[in-house]
Amino acid sequence: MDREKAIGEKPVIEIENVSFAYDGALALEQVNFTVYERDFLSIVGPNAGGKTTLLKLILGLLQPRQGNIRVFGTSPEKARSRIGYMPQRTTLDPLFPVSVMDVVLMGRLGHGTRLGFYSRVDRLKAREALQRVEMDDFRNRPFSSLSGGQSQRVLIARALAVEPAMLLLDEPTANVDVAVENEFYELLKKLNDTMTIVLVTHDLGFASHYVTHVACVNRKLLAHPTCEISGEMINALYGSQVHMIRHDEIQGREDRHD
Amino acid sequence: MIEFFQDITQQTFLRYALLTGVLASVSCGIIGTYVVTRRITSVAGAIAHSILGGMGIARYCQVICGWEWFHPLIGAVIAALISAFVIALVRLKARQREDTIIGAVWAIGMAIGVLFIFKTPGYSDDLMSYLFGSILMVTPDELWMMAGLDILVVAFGLLFYNKFLAVCFDEEFALLRGLRVDFYHILLLCLTALTVVLLVTVVGIIMVIALLTLPAAAAAPFSRKLWHMMALSTLFTVLFTASGLALSYGPDLPPGATTIVIAGAVYIIVVAASRIRAKVAA
Repeated sequence: MDREKAIGEKPVIEIENVSFAYDGALALEQVNFTVYERDFLSIVGPNAGGKTTLLKLILGLLQPRQGNIRVFGTSPEKARSRIGYMPQRTTLDPLFPVSVMDVVLMGRLGHGTRLGFYSRVDRLKAREALQRVEMDDFRNRPFSSLSGGQSQRVLIARALAVEPAMLLLDEPTANVDVAVENEFYELLKKLNDTMTIVLVTHDLGFASHYVTHVACVNRKLLAHPTCEISGEMINALYGSQVHMIRHDEIQGREDRHD
Repeated sequence: MIEFFQDITQQTFLRYALLTGVLASVSCGIIGTYVVTRRITSVAGAIAHSILGGMGIARYCQVICGWEWFHPLIGAVIAALISAFVIALVRLKARQREDTIIGAVWAIGMAIGVLFIFKTPGYSDDLMSYLFGSILMVTPDELWMMAGLDILVVAFGLLFYNKFLAVCFDEEFALLRGLRVDFYHILLLCLTALTVVLLVTVVGIIMVIALLTLPAAAAAPFSRKLWHMMALSTLFTVLFTASGLALSYGPDLPPGATTIVIAGAVYIIVVAASRIRAKVAA
């Protein structure tokens, strides 16, 4: 990343010259960037552009063919315990018989005992996480009965129950309507006061309202994280058929981080 | 049906049969729930069919070699565990080849079983009882063995409930939380293997897969939590095996097949009813 490192800012994710290939097909090529503490980074790009691959590399679920990734100054595997991860909702079985509380408690795994019984503290932390996303009233409801926006909040609560220093979100607003999406980003903005947030989205317009940085991935990292999203950048990413919708807030974003 | 209730007070084999059904139901309800929610029905199917190999070899050793201790149930346990490990290892090393190995284990196990049983006197009776169940011929020794297996499976299945729930619901998240997902997967397959052995006596190799999945699938629409599904599918399995026994006894039908037909009918009714309810609600 080109941005000058401010005094006291700690790098959270450092990615150097990272390349990754699935069975010979190059998915990411020579990617470089750094995410600093309390950044709110949106990774955007077309489908199959390598966004989710990048996320999985950061989580240590995939190993880079080339290059080096450090998270919280250590290996991705060791850093996992400090990351709250929210997967794409579509990867979950929508009919799975599980209560909201049980889903959120999964965020407490790894804190507890070997056999995996949850302690009072675990339940307390899970309730706290549910309260932060305003879903505590739903804790005894089946997860399968929730709307798209509600289940997203619960999955955020599960990530928060980890007590993470960073949130990693994969397409958090896929398949929800605009009102829910705005509400969701307001929630993330609040959470950003205390933690670093990295999210992956194919939806560039809405993310730009709220995030402090944008990284555009289409095999290569086409644009460095920056506050300015230009029409040319979008065209380079998606082709010329995409029209940029301007948000006046984009300009205002500049002051926030410096 | 009336004959069944008249005879059950006098005939020990009927009481043993009923007890076998109840024992198997507890494991079946718990592990069947994991199998259905983790979507490893085909893995369970492969394990079930492969145990014919173990049963065939054990029976051959009993009759030809005179190894009286080598009960077909012991052979079944060994074969089931080997199959579970083979399938689990292939999944860990080469995930995309899992379905191929499932097919291979399924067929190779059966083939070995058929060869050994063919070379053992009493061939067709043994084969029929392995394939279609022998709940009316359970001996006290077998009951004790099954009780042991049952306790083992239920203890592990409940002790690791939260971990299995996490792995079944979202394996990737569980891994990121530091769970040894591969270990729990292998453990779950081993528990599935032991449950399959328990069910083989009740309904036979060919129909095990139905009893493992249909009660759990029928319980799912009524369940808000995973343990609800376990409790309800255990209850269903007890009802299916008991009514299978009762209904087949008078007209002299095979109890295993009767049990499966009842389970299938209930499953279809539940699926149809919840579809209709969803349509009415919408």
